Amino acid sequence: MKTKLTVALAGNPNAGKTTIFNNLTGSRQHVGNYPGVTVEKKEGRLEYKDYDITIIDLPGTYSLTSFSPEEVIARNVLLEEDIDVVVHVVDATNAERHMNLTAQLIELGLPLVVALNVMDMAQERGISFDIPLLSQLLGAPVVPVVGTKNEGITALFEAVITTAEGRTGLYSKVVKYAPEVEEEITLIQAMLPEELGVAKGGRKQTGSEALKRWFAIKLLERDKNVLLHLKTLADHDKILNQVDKSGRHLQQHGHDYEMAIVNGRYSYIRGAIRETQRISAVNKVDLTEMIDRVLLNRVLGLPIFLCLIWLLFQITFTVGASPMDWIGKGFGILAGWIDQLLPDGLFRSLVVDGIIGGVGGVIVFLPNILLLFLGIAILEGTGYMARAAFVMDKLMHKVGLHGKSFIPMVLGFGCSVPAIMATRTLENERDRLVTMLVIPLMSCSARLPVYTLLTAAFFDPQAAGTVMFSIYLVGILLAVIVAKILRACVLPGESEPFVMELPAYRLPTFKSVLIQMWERTWLYLKKAGTIILAASVIMWTLFTFPQADQQGRPFINHTVQMEQSYAGRVGQAIEPLVRPLGFDWKTGVALVAGFAAKEVVVSTMGTLYSIEDSDALAENTPGAAGGFAERAREQSAFTPLIAYVLMLFVLIYVPCLATVAVLHRETNGWKWPLFMTGYTLTLAWVVSFVVYRVGLLLGIGL
Amino acid sequence: MSITLKDLLPRQKGKIVRINGTGAIRRRLLDMGLVPGCEVEIERYAPLGDPIEVKIRGYHLSLRKEEAKMVECKEETYENKADSGSGRQS
Repeated sequence: MKTKLTVALAGNPNAGKTTIFNNLTGSRQHVGNYPGVTVEKKEGRLEYKDYDITIIDLPGTYSLTSFSPEEVIARNVLLEEDIDVVVHVVDATNAERHMNLTAQLIELGLPLVVALNVMDMAQERGISFDIPLLSQLLGAPVVPVVGTKNEGITALFEAVITTAEGRTGLYSKVVKYAPEVEEEITLIQAMLPEELGVAKGGRKQTGSEALKRWFAIKLLERDKNVLLHLKTLADHDKILNQVDKSGRHLQQHGHDYEMAIVNGRYSYIRGAIRETQRISAVNKVDLTEMIDRVLLNRVLGLPIFLCLIWLLFQITFTVGASPMDWIGKGFGILAGWIDQLLPDGLFRSLVVDGIIGGVGGVIVFLPNILLLFLGIAILEGTGYMARAAFVMDKLMHKVGLHGKSFIPMVLGFGCSVPAIMATRTLENERDRLVTMLVIPLMSCSARLPVYTLLTAAFFDPQAAGTVMFSIYLVGILLAVIVAKILRACVLPGESEPFVMELPAYRLPTFKSVLIQMWERTWLYLKKAGTIILAASVIMWTLFTFPQADQQGRPFINHTVQMEQSYAGRVGQAIEPLVRPLGFDWKTGVALVAGFAAKEVVVSTMGTLYSIEDSDALAENTPGAAGGFAERAREQSAFTPLIAYVLMLFVLIYVPCLATVAVLHRETNGWKWPLFMTGYTLTLAWVVSFVVYRVGLLLGIGL
Repeated sequence: MSITLKDLLPRQKGKIVRINGTGAIRRRLLDMGLVPGCEVEIERYAPLGDPIEVKIRGYHLSLRKEEAKMVECKEETYENKADSGSGRQS
């Protein structure tokens, strides 16, 4: 029987916890070089020697206060779950700041191992440590590791096990504060009951004195959550009185208690580092500084930023064009082959029109998706994303958002779901809500198939790029306007400060870029295989049946049959709603189906037009974007104006069920998801209506 | 004369004297290592003039002028540049 061990990975944002986590557990979590990639705890398991180890990857925190959601998550896991060992991942190039958290972890009294990460970069900068001495000073084993190269991981495991078994031979340390502060801590600590009830599970026995000290310090710091917890204890009035008295007492002596405590921790760590860290005089140029001199230049900074984003989209669309064509042709061949193989009838229609037409129409966009995520992965992995926030903060701040809103919003171009989750790095609840609510306006990759299809069908190839770019631009513009309005009317109040680390540039590892690309792509394929497949089959069914009228007579032709089908009847019912926007009932049906996922708009239209065109199917290549676009042009009676309005509508209205679901999860209720659905639908209709009417009036794109 | 981090120009150094303000913002500044006695150097202003980038404890931090105003410091000239507690030794 193997012994069970639970290990938590803690550390500052961007210390490399997730990279180590992936190496330890062989899992594939998304890593990036900006603070706050991991926003919720993740678990992985592995076996090492006689141990069955569960590893929990915590979100990065600078501190263990309760000011931001991640800090609260990290702290609750450390306190409430049965953690045997905490591994604190520290960036060796920036040990002093990172170890402020080490001091807090020491205070928490959990068995601790310090993983000194990024040792390769530290060595390059001439930084070295006296590891045995540092271990002694911290009272916890220190293990040098290089997460990206998987170096030192075995030693880390060994240290975890010796720590769990309690045979490190190190004396645990106490972070000492100034004598006056210590006096007050002792006073408060003495008043606390034996059972604090903050920590659950096996920790009750092990760290009760240490835990009481921690609790007393937190009370002195006026930690919101600890103060709240105090109310559940007996005698809390008396304790609170003492805390107030202590605070006043310290203040009278010219002490600022918060500063005194933070200073105490820093002095402790600074002392330990001063004794153990050696910096040899390597006169190497700081590469990060050199790069930033150009990328963050007062004059060049903004143009470079805009160029990079433009390049990202340019590569996504131009490089992706040829492989897209191949996949399209592949599906065409497949459809032709099945066409010959299967006898004429409903089953063939289901496979060729429903499944291949629907799913194929979506998979065609795989190269675009791959490239977009590749670009985002590179921007994230190098550390440029944090610079983007730095460059954009002033603008974002002006419209009521935050520099940090920018990263989630760029992610929104990929997919709204991870983007909404990424807003957790915003500490201010209002900033976070506004960001979440406008993310759906950042045109996600699922909408790309719709644009590509429509631009290919109704616009000159030369104009296609500009048309597409204008849609993205409209999205951004609307996001800005909506954010401004929301901030002014719905969620007024103070904004969050912008205090953010700019990490050193790193060459992202091939592995981490591939992992990220693969993960996102896999999600896309999974969606194509499940939701979109199901939606395609459902839409095909709704369009194909009934096959005969009430008297049992088959319909004269496909057009009549389509109009009389279930979907046709739904479409005609909602037609009055979409008619003012220039859409016919088929578009209405596609838009309704698009609630499931935006790609379904295309797959529905694909199914629709290939059914209608099945007489001419033989010469066509179903599924291929080219043939598809032709059919759309021939059959839809759209003008370029209507196509453009349709793109706008698709851009603005509710992205998909998954987004609504994640918003529900992130905001803990239905209020905001419903608000988002309502406002996007209204806005989509109004914008489409105005553009369509103005376009008609001016005679543009008829 | 008391100045704040906001008054320093790029490439100028200062030593933190006090962190003003209250609550979460102040705590965040403290947690990021902006503690009295620490040396800071202004690296640059963002292209649009705000936020600013500073170097502290050997790493790069960006903050808005709004927050920089809370950090009281005294200008550091090269003469009195003693060991400023950045933890570095050579």
